[in-house]
Amino acid sequence: MTENGDAPPLVQLENVNKHFGALHVLKNINLTVSRGEVLVVIGPSGGGKSTLCRTINRLETINEGKIIFDGQVLPEEGKALARLRSEVGMVFQSFNLFAHKTIRENVTLGPMKVRGVPRAQADKRAMELLERVGIAAQANKYPAQLSGGQQQRVAIARALAMDPKLILFDEPTSALDPEMVQEVLDVMIGLARDGMTMVVVTHEMGFARRAANRVVFMADGQIVEENTPDEFFTNAQTDRARDFLSKILTH
Amino acid sequence: MDELIKYAPDLGLGFLENVKLSVVAAVASLILGTILVAMRVSPTPVLRAAGTFYVNVVRNTPLTLVLAFSALGLSDQLGLVFSETPLTNSFWVVAMGLSAYTAAFVCEALRAGVNTVPMGQAEAARAIGLTFTQSLTMIILPQAFRAVIAPLGSVMIAMIKNTTVATAGGFLADAAAVMKITFDTTGASIPIFLGVVVAFMVLTMPVGFFAGWLQRRLAVAR
Repeated sequence: MTENGDAPPLVQLENVNKHFGALHVLKNINLTVSRGEVLVVIGPSGGGKSTLCRTINRLETINEGKIIFDGQVLPEEGKALARLRSEVGMVFQSFNLFAHKTIRENVTLGPMKVRGVPRAQADKRAMELLERVGIAAQANKYPAQLSGGQQQRVAIARALAMDPKLILFDEPTSALDPEMVQEVLDVMIGLARDGMTMVVVTHEMGFARRAANRVVFMADGQIVEENTPDEFFTNAQTDRARDFLSKILTH
Repeated sequence: MDELIKYAPDLGLGFLENVKLSVVAAVASLILGTILVAMRVSPTPVLRAAGTFYVNVVRNTPLTLVLAFSALGLSDQLGLVFSETPLTNSFWVVAMGLSAYTAAFVCEALRAGVNTVPMGQAEAARAIGLTFTQSLTMIILPQAFRAVIAPLGSVMIAMIKNTTVATAGGFLADAAAVMKITFDTTGASIPIFLGVVVAFMVLTMPVGFFAGWLQRRLAVAR
């Protein structure tokens, strides 16, 4: 369902390096994401997963290398960068819903202000999306009135409202109470089934097994291993990955 | 008490000038202060530097000097004239100086408000494709304003009281100026003095209460 081998990849990272001061957080990263692919990035904390995810829509700048999205090198700043970001959805660990706007306004803001969609049309689409993530009844509430799981589903609807070519998930369930994790994962699995291209930084191994096409294991700023989920979880090739898996899977 | 009753109409007219100055300076300083804070948080180093320079110079200059500079420097020397009528001209000169001065404090109050808005709000705004200006005006500043309504109320109260030094800018018609003129003829009068104090409190106390109420009402729940 995902590997259309001839088409150029949607995202391509070439020799990407990034430093935070003396810290070398991304070391010579080479990675491609095909259209329709669900790529899961896992690995120990501080290994550069989130940073990698955030470079793809340039919330983090890079020091060396090249990132190509949909055939174009990422613009450095200004209107061109804003346009690129409007095509790349992002879901954050801490939801980051606009606190002073209602749930519906959170979803309609992007389409109306970035794309110039008329209010009536944006409202209609927002309600469809909120319906899809199961939050339609809360449309007129404010983010603080919703549970974490509900807020994160709204954040997914907000990303979807821009009809993105790719959605980045930066640890979308890490800040959630355990009983709310599944409701968010269910929405994400639904998106994956519908063919959305997704890059997901997560610790949810269940999601990786069920929805991912490919798993990338990152540690110490490097991509240590890349494999299919089945191969990775049952037959990891590197010691570093086996060590990591033994620590998280035994509990 | 007789003096207060006798001179009440004159003092009242003077006080009306304070009110007019306050209204003009409130509107102008809120607008200019917002522009200044936009400069101070912008990604452009030149704008940031200009905003910082303005705030530090104006905020640290005594108001009487700012007003004197507006009147003597800008109006007399550089020929900035708002009106041929001297009193009207000096009103606008003082309004301009007071607005420019108050804007520096509005800017700093708002900047404190910007710092209360979590980083993630700006990131989410950028991530859906809003430009810097859009995320500032639609996401950051609305939340910043709500966080600092009470401090902005204090800035406005200080500004209202500052209208009494309008004389320094050559505007000799406000309540404080009228009071001084009255004292010159009648001698110092405690009733007149208290009358002017009460008039200001009637103006400033509601501003404080209203700001506090509005802050609670519009607070952004996180």
